[in-house]
Amino acid sequence: MTTEIPHAVTTEIPQAATPQATTPQAATPQAITPQAATPHAATPQAATPRVTPGSAIRTQDLRKTYSTSRGNVEAVRGIDLDIPEGEFFGLLGPNGAGKSTTIGMLTTLIHPTGGKAWVASTEVTKDPVAVKRRIGVVTQNNTLDMQLTVAENLQFRSRFFGLPARAAARRAAQLIDAFGLGDRRNAMADQLSGGQARRLLIARALVHRPDVLFLDEPTAGLDPQTRVNLWDILQVLHEQGQTILLTTHYMEEAEALCDRIAVVDHGKILAEGTVDVLKENAGAVTVVTVRYEEPVPSGLSERSGLAGRPGVTKVETDHDQIRVFSRDPEGLLGELVEIGGREGLHVRDAAQLKPSLETVFLTLTGREYRE
Amino acid sequence: MATTAIQPGGRGPGGPGGPGGARGPRGPVDAGQADIGGYAPVASSIAALITDAPQPQPTLAKTFAAMMAREFRVLRRNAVSTFTRAVMQPLLFVFVFAYVFPKIGGGFMLGGAAHSNPVSGTAGAVSGSVNFATILVPGLVASMLLMQGIFGVTFPLVMEFSWQRTIEDRALAPVPIRVLAVQKITAGAVQSFLGACIVFPVVLFVHAAGQAPHVHVTNWFLLALIMVSGATLTASLGLLLGTVMDPRKMQMMFAVILLPATMLGCVYYPWSALHSIRWLQILVLINPMVYMSEGLRAVLTPSLGHMPLWAVLLALLGGTVVFGFLGTRTFRNRVIN
Repeated sequence: MTTEIPHAVTTEIPQAATPQATTPQAATPQAITPQAATPHAATPQAATPRVTPGSAIRTQDLRKTYSTSRGNVEAVRGIDLDIPEGEFFGLLGPNGAGKSTTIGMLTTLIHPTGGKAWVASTEVTKDPVAVKRRIGVVTQNNTLDMQLTVAENLQFRSRFFGLPARAAARRAAQLIDAFGLGDRRNAMADQLSGGQARRLLIARALVHRPDVLFLDEPTAGLDPQTRVNLWDILQVLHEQGQTILLTTHYMEEAEALCDRIAVVDHGKILAEGTVDVLKENAGAVTVVTVRYEEPVPSGLSERSGLAGRPGVTKVETDHDQIRVFSRDPEGLLGELVEIGGREGLHVRDAAQLKPSLETVFLTLTGREYRE
Repeated sequence: MATTAIQPGGRGPGGPGGPGGARGPRGPVDAGQADIGGYAPVASSIAALITDAPQPQPTLAKTFAAMMAREFRVLRRNAVSTFTRAVMQPLLFVFVFAYVFPKIGGGFMLGGAAHSNPVSGTAGAVSGSVNFATILVPGLVASMLLMQGIFGVTFPLVMEFSWQRTIEDRALAPVPIRVLAVQKITAGAVQSFLGACIVFPVVLFVHAAGQAPHVHVTNWFLLALIMVSGATLTASLGLLLGTVMDPRKMQMMFAVILLPATMLGCVYYPWSALHSIRWLQILVLINPMVYMSEGLRAVLTPSLGHMPLWAVLLALLGGTVVFGFLGTRTFRNRVIN
């Protein structure tokens, strides 16, 4: 019998539960290493650019290093992307993974220190103005013009993109209606709620019918209902053929919206593909975690023979908990309770994560997903 | 157009966060269905944003004009505060020095310096003493050029570069970042010019009997040229300050820049009057305010001693080029990480 336990339970596990701190990977012959699980490992990142006709976004070994008083910080360490037109692509990773820096480089606001990037067939660093003509950007921060009203934000953005004043007013009205901002039309931008501001940011990014829409953490900090609304909007845009690059640290958001996902951490792509492919490549494992009242005795995982159990790809122990990655989790939870009982351990709580992006992330990085 | 509301709850068993969500087709919304958060996106309206979108043809000129239109809209919205800011300083100055002091028997007069101009050698001799209102007119106009140039560029810029980085709003407009910097200078210069114009009626009409300033414009073109040059210079300086100053230390700008620039900018005395303090007369030459005050003095009150116009115009032009170049460069570096 398996028990579905909310994700929240598993987040209580300390981050110390890393492979380095627990059972060495060598002890689990079937363990999936992050590199081995990535599509990139199968198709090594080539020195020559991958040319795909109809690419909306393409990067080749894209890098960004910041010079700080404490030395150089590599925010992005060689990212290769190839996103065809019409795709909804997600960059998934925790805060500080390099997602926003990547978007910043693709949208001309951050200058790469290495590699190349093309957006809508234009090299970003060579012709940033041409790129800006063809992209819409929803920034992570609220970058609305606070000196203007809702309608004016849209009108002036339309005029920035060459629409005459009357056409700009018509376009603004269309956007205001579509995004349900009619009753806030004349409100100043700084008087909007978080959800309204986010809708206006998306509306503003669409004024000129961009070829590529960039969304940097568009739902961060929003309540669940507002987030669902925005998902619906984005889904309709995608259905109309809009190419979208989304960054998010919400796993369920990437899973619900994106055609393909790249899992990013520490400035590198760990894995890339559809959700199904990612799960498959990462071993489609279920992660069972049991925490005991007492510390786990050393050598428990070896004595219990867990590593040799069919389907088990990795076993981690840390202080008072044991975590088992398995393709065949049937009965595993009960087994862990029983093994603990034999050692005089009492179960405090347990969690079983079915194969998901969260388990993919755990498998790839060997640690908790940090938001 | 038929409208179909997207069903907010239609995400399958996983709910909003469920794995099956957001992929399936959505049926029409029930009549009684409540909108989530007061808003339910309508699929056909959202879709029309793509299908019925206009085809904009942005050009540098159109974008620049639109950005200027945006500045004028904001200026119009803030007209009362801008007008008040522009009027109060000159009004109080002329009220105290040209109305209160003469009334209480303490009227300021400037004599000797106006008679002789040993440094510049320009014509400046006047018969008798010069009332202080006459000295103040060009100085206050110059002072207002500086104030408005700084207020019009530096302060908005500091806000735009703050943690929300609202500057990205316009940085994503389809023009080079340098053009955006030039647009900021242009908008600031316009605000500076308009602010300075407001000073004229104040200083010309607020005074005690017999204390009217003696203003005589012989060359309107030169007046316009000096005012436009001064406004552009102060806006360029404003751009530079706005991109290099730490927002947390903005109050220092008053103590370190605005106050010294005004007090030592020949606002309240002609530059030639400093000949008796030679070291100071030379030191203040690094202050751009001096050239604005002296240039305006040359065209508004030519009978008073003033710097040669060629020197004034050269300094204003040179200052604009230097501040503009540095400001544009630092602006670009701040916008593009």
